[in-house]
Amino acid sequence: MKVNYFLNTARLSLAYLEKNGCHSLRRSFSVLSSGNAAEVFEEKTSGRWIDKLEFVEPSEAPIPTYRVMDLSGRIIDKSQEPQFGPKIPVEMYRCMALLNTMDRILYESQGQGRISFYLTSLGEEATHMGSAAALNSDDLVYAQYRESGVLLWRGYSLDDFMSQCYGNCDDRGCGKQMPIHYGSRRLNFVTLSSPLATQLPQAVGSAYSFKLTNQPRCVIVYFGEGAASEGDAHAAFNFAATLECPVIFFCRNNGFAISTPSDEQYKGDGIAARAAGYGIVALRVDGNDVFAVYNATQIAREYALKYNKPVILEAMTYRVSHHSTSDDSTAYRSAEDLKHWQEHNNPVKRLKNYLLARNLWSEQQETEWATSARKQVLEAFARAESKLKPQWQEMFTDVYRDIPNHLMKQMKYMEEHVEEYKQHYPLDSFKKN
Amino acid sequence: MKSLTSLFREASKPKKYFTSNNCQRVFSSSNTENGTKTTSMNMFQAIGSALDQTLKSNPNSVVFGEDVAFGGVFRCSMGLQEKYGRQRVFNTPLCEQGIAGFGIGLAVTGTTAIAEIQFADYMFPAFDQIMNEAAKYRYRSGNEFSCGKLTIRAPCGAVGHGALYHSQSPEAYFSHTPGLKVVIPSSPTKAKGLLLSCIKDDDPCIFLEPKVLYRSITEEVLEEPYELPLGKADIIRKGDSITLIGWGTQVHVLIETADLARQQLGINCEVIDLVSILPWDSETVCNSVKKTGRVIIAHEAPLTSGFGAEMAATIQEECFLYLEAPVQRVTGFDTPFPHVFEPFYLPNKWRCLHAIKDAMKY
Repeated sequence: MKVNYFLNTARLSLAYLEKNGCHSLRRSFSVLSSGNAAEVFEEKTSGRWIDKLEFVEPSEAPIPTYRVMDLSGRIIDKSQEPQFGPKIPVEMYRCMALLNTMDRILYESQGQGRISFYLTSLGEEATHMGSAAALNSDDLVYAQYRESGVLLWRGYSLDDFMSQCYGNCDDRGCGKQMPIHYGSRRLNFVTLSSPLATQLPQAVGSAYSFKLTNQPRCVIVYFGEGAASEGDAHAAFNFAATLECPVIFFCRNNGFAISTPSDEQYKGDGIAARAAGYGIVALRVDGNDVFAVYNATQIAREYALKYNKPVILEAMTYRVSHHSTSDDSTAYRSAEDLKHWQEHNNPVKRLKNYLLARNLWSEQQETEWATSARKQVLEAFARAESKLKPQWQEMFTDVYRDIPNHLMKQMKYMEEHVEEYKQHYPLDSFKKN
Repeated sequence: MKSLTSLFREASKPKKYFTSNNCQRVFSSSNTENGTKTTSMNMFQAIGSALDQTLKSNPNSVVFGEDVAFGGVFRCSMGLQEKYGRQRVFNTPLCEQGIAGFGIGLAVTGTTAIAEIQFADYMFPAFDQIMNEAAKYRYRSGNEFSCGKLTIRAPCGAVGHGALYHSQSPEAYFSHTPGLKVVIPSSPTKAKGLLLSCIKDDDPCIFLEPKVLYRSITEEVLEEPYELPLGKADIIRKGDSITLIGWGTQVHVLIETADLARQQLGINCEVIDLVSILPWDSETVCNSVKKTGRVIIAHEAPLTSGFGAEMAATIQEECFLYLEAPVQRVTGFDTPFPHVFEPFYLPNKWRCLHAIKDAMKY
């Protein structure tokens, strides 16, 4: 789904990055190639001397947020409008609507006890579709867990989603992980895990691997602003910069980490402001503006690959959903806030208004798509629910490439035990040999 | 045979120490007479040789960690950056969780990643990446992804004066983590062969190198690459009176103990180098115990929940009717690893001999 059109504005932004990126590069080269070691060290350490005691204070003006369309879906500066024809924005919209439908149905199904857990992406759809559309399909994705739209865009089917959530025999993960822990080798989407931020330094390693083997691929790694507080985020930013890796750090700053508001998460200017300290370029983008996210990701990708350097993108958005099915967010935030974001700054509505204004979408299409999406989801849901779970012996596979003796022994023990006590185990739900 | 104390004292002087049965097998099958060359190497040189040969034969392999570029603080990666370039042998920022995570990422996309953690004592910041991520990658993804191409090397064990944070033996922590392989060599020959096996193995491996052995033992080591089996114990010395089991440096303590037992008690001890902590070779161990009826397990790490506990439990389960004395564990104490008290802390040959006497007269 990558669009090959090259933006004028994109060229402008890249030139800006080049100018700044090369500036610091030249400086370190000139420093290293002249003068004795002690002077070099001194210059590198102190930069310039000052004779007044002045603490450096955090910048008062926050990093501005890049946007392309306003809250009603109107393009603010025509030069920034991605020129990718009608197909892509319509496809983005369909994907967002489908994602919403799937989210609502699976969320409810958890309430009915049909799946054990779920977590929706409501309010953050634009960050998924905007970034996914700007990547090549062989760029590797590391995600946190609220990025289902990226998978949907790449072609993960509704059956794939449902099979994973049900842990049925068609789940490529063999039912081993909790729902929403998706992954697909075919789609270059690394299987998610629950520990936060662990995927960040891993993404850097994979980016280094691509660079080493001269593959023209980049890595994108998604994470929330809460996860950015983990030590692994620090590790990843610093490794990516020092080891020069083509990786895009995509932060979804949605205001909350479960119940913790972002002003209890950090005191600096969000996540983007940290980039400078690591020597990384950064951009803050309106995460509810799918075109702004698209432009930002496209430029970031180009820059990362051209220079083998990392980029930090911070997409400002709002977590409209509860954190997960195990959370009631009304316990820590106001209904007015939620209403504001749902009604006045809704990424799906913004794109819809854009499409309506250009006659790329109609209310009739809306109704038809809503009906179709619901039907597709419910059918996939029913199929997934009717399938058996994998053979229970799968519990012992893939711990290692081959099953070692001690594990084989444990499996045999359990087989004999289950044979004798079969009425106490839910064997009917599991596939047989 | 030198005593361990002199081994510590003369740590920098190379000397011939011992060659295990496995190593002899390697030599006898392909020795100089068959046209295979060997070179005198200590353990850091044998490890360097394994790294060199990996980098040479596999262009998609890298060696990285803190200070590895100039050769490493224990000289294991000496000369490799000059030979293979900065892209393939490089320093990382000082951050263990980053090193482990970065290595996993390399392995996920097919690069053979050989990470170094400077001391095993500093693996704990990487513990989350190792046990929640590396160990579970294949399992949780249904084999869609894995990091089998990752090997993490770290110097471990007592060194005479390493105190709390340059002496630890953390193998038991990792032994409780399904998905990892944990290996500890006890000689240069084993270090090279086992490290090459770990690097080639398709599961993430933790390779713990007893740092006191880096310079203290020199052996004739095969120049060409060779592999030794993971998950296999090595019977160093045959005996019928009692089985002594250890790994790493402790193997040498047990050999000395066996000599003492022969001299003082007139008995033949069977000495086993466990080699692999996970998965471990319970078959070789239990067969030996069934033969001797008595067993001492010795390790430097603390007693409580040390790996000896796992072995003792398995031995009593498998060899209950064969045991003629309780399974004994001679280990470090349940304290942090002390500085000036190290001679009183370690499970030395006198404590091991004491345990043998108790077992024999039980």
